[in-house]
Amino acid sequence: MKTVFDRPEALSDVPLHYCPGCTHGIVHRLVAETIDEFGILGNTVGIAPVGCSVFAYNYFECDMIEAAHGRAPAVATGLKRTHPDTVVITYQGDGDLAAIGTAETVHAATRGENITVIFINNCIYGMTGGQMAPTTIPGQVTTTSPYGRKRNVQGSPIRVCEMLSTLDGVALAARVSVDCPKNILQAKKMIKKAFQNQIDKKGFSIVEVLSTCPTNWGLAPKDALQWLRDNMIPYYPLGVYKDGEAIRDPE
Amino acid sequence: MSKVLMKGNEAIAEAAIAAGCVYFFGYPITPQTEVAEYMAKRLPKVGGLCLQAESEVAAINMLMGASAGGTRAMTSSSSPGVSLKSEGISYIAGCDLPCLVVNVQRGGPGLGGIQPSQQDYYQATRGVGHGDLRLIVLAPSSVQEMASLTAEAFDLADAYRMPAMLLADGALGQMMEPVDFSVFPKRELPEKTWATNGTKGQRKKNIVNSLFIDPNELENSIRARYERYAKVEENEVRYEEYMTDDADIILVAFGITARIAKSAIADMRKTGIKAGLLRPITLWPFPKKKLAELADTAKVFLSVEMSMGQMVDDVRLAVGGKRPVHFFGRTGGIIPSVEEVAEEIRKLAEA
Repeated sequence: MKTVFDRPEALSDVPLHYCPGCTHGIVHRLVAETIDEFGILGNTVGIAPVGCSVFAYNYFECDMIEAAHGRAPAVATGLKRTHPDTVVITYQGDGDLAAIGTAETVHAATRGENITVIFINNCIYGMTGGQMAPTTIPGQVTTTSPYGRKRNVQGSPIRVCEMLSTLDGVALAARVSVDCPKNILQAKKMIKKAFQNQIDKKGFSIVEVLSTCPTNWGLAPKDALQWLRDNMIPYYPLGVYKDGEAIRDPE
Repeated sequence: MSKVLMKGNEAIAEAAIAAGCVYFFGYPITPQTEVAEYMAKRLPKVGGLCLQAESEVAAINMLMGASAGGTRAMTSSSSPGVSLKSEGISYIAGCDLPCLVVNVQRGGPGLGGIQPSQQDYYQATRGVGHGDLRLIVLAPSSVQEMASLTAEAFDLADAYRMPAMLLADGALGQMMEPVDFSVFPKRELPEKTWATNGTKGQRKKNIVNSLFIDPNELENSIRARYERYAKVEENEVRYEEYMTDDADIILVAFGITARIAKSAIADMRKTGIKAGLLRPITLWPFPKKKLAELADTAKVFLSVEMSMGQMVDDVRLAVGGKRPVHFFGRTGGIIPSVEEVAEEIRKLAEA
């Protein structure tokens, strides 16, 4: 009998801890499939963040480092600069990448660090139980914005891909979604491109993945997907914000 | 190799390169910036890299990434910058990674000043980062030691899989003295089988991690680390004795302050006062056994520091109430003079 669907080799054979309906599992799979398809498992080092995907070091079969909150791009920089032949990926959430780790993100990007960043944007802090994220959209209720995020109080959210696309070190800044099969296929395409860029030494590549958090949004998984479509995509339009190569000086 | 005349900060950098460290991650801060400047000039020529980070926080995490990959690497800073690095140092300790962190101390707290100080003794030996952890802390007292202890710190860090700190000060960083780079001892070091540099399909994956959700697992990991710490305390205590054999008064001082103490002791010996010096070279592990021994013969102890009194706590713990322990210090960036230290010795002799 022919196997038509199996666990990617790069994905560990362990139960994931994610909540029902959470889209981390989909993104993990896309990353693992990509590692398999490039045949780079033995060469890849993943860097896990602090947040819901903190245990990512248990879920991928490559070498893994667990970084401090927000510091994954700096850890990735140190590893990649000393081991340029490895493929280095960071997997970070919105609080990690766009709040506490903003400086590390922006500067790794502007230096054109030859790394791949998978950025999960679900507009909320999941692990700590539903607090406001830097990407929480205006009006969104969280435990620390119980009356809805107000721009005159908590300020406006950050559109990470748009911001990073202005930097000369960025090769790829793309926003995708995993709310439906069509978008999942596009997400896979962009994740593959972000890996290919690193293999081709093109510079910093980030794929922002709009994701759901049914538990902390207080929605059923199916309704969460609809909430993503109705509220997140209008605020965070899908698309490729930069596709090229980091500007570098000759050696 | 003959001796070369060098600034202390430059000696750290050159010694690191001689010890095989060709990766440096840092951020400018007075009075240690020459370390980064020297590295920026030298490292590209030896196939290495000096990367100026966006912050001290980023620099220590870059160091963590390099170290996780199994590469010998370092960072350098001064007091306020080391506070920022504390988070990363805690993670590095929790991940059992070796590395070198240099602190060329300046006055604190806060922005403090840019003159030399020893106010970070507590931070280095007690409180650098959260959690149960230790650093091997080496305190040079000359430009030669800035070099030789830098080289030794890398080996100690690798041997025990833990971060090491070179705790210098602005005076040692800025002053020039002759250095011999050919005298560094080499030690047998274990293979870095734990490094996350790609499995190459040859082994199971490695995980560099400090998170243990199960408290029993966390406790076990800490206990295992403390077994290594115990070995460091057993095997790696370093100190220098000066005229302690017949001394009634034992001064305890490290770094630049120890040199002043020596001069004051020599002056007082001429007047017939039997003073001596114990200079801790490792601040952790602290030479507590040696101090306890000295407490059997000496009558009184005097800790001399460029702070309001931090190491004096360790001296008191080591002496264990057997003899009185006094303190003299200047702080805020002021270096005590030989005369004022000699005066403190004279007062104790007359008491």
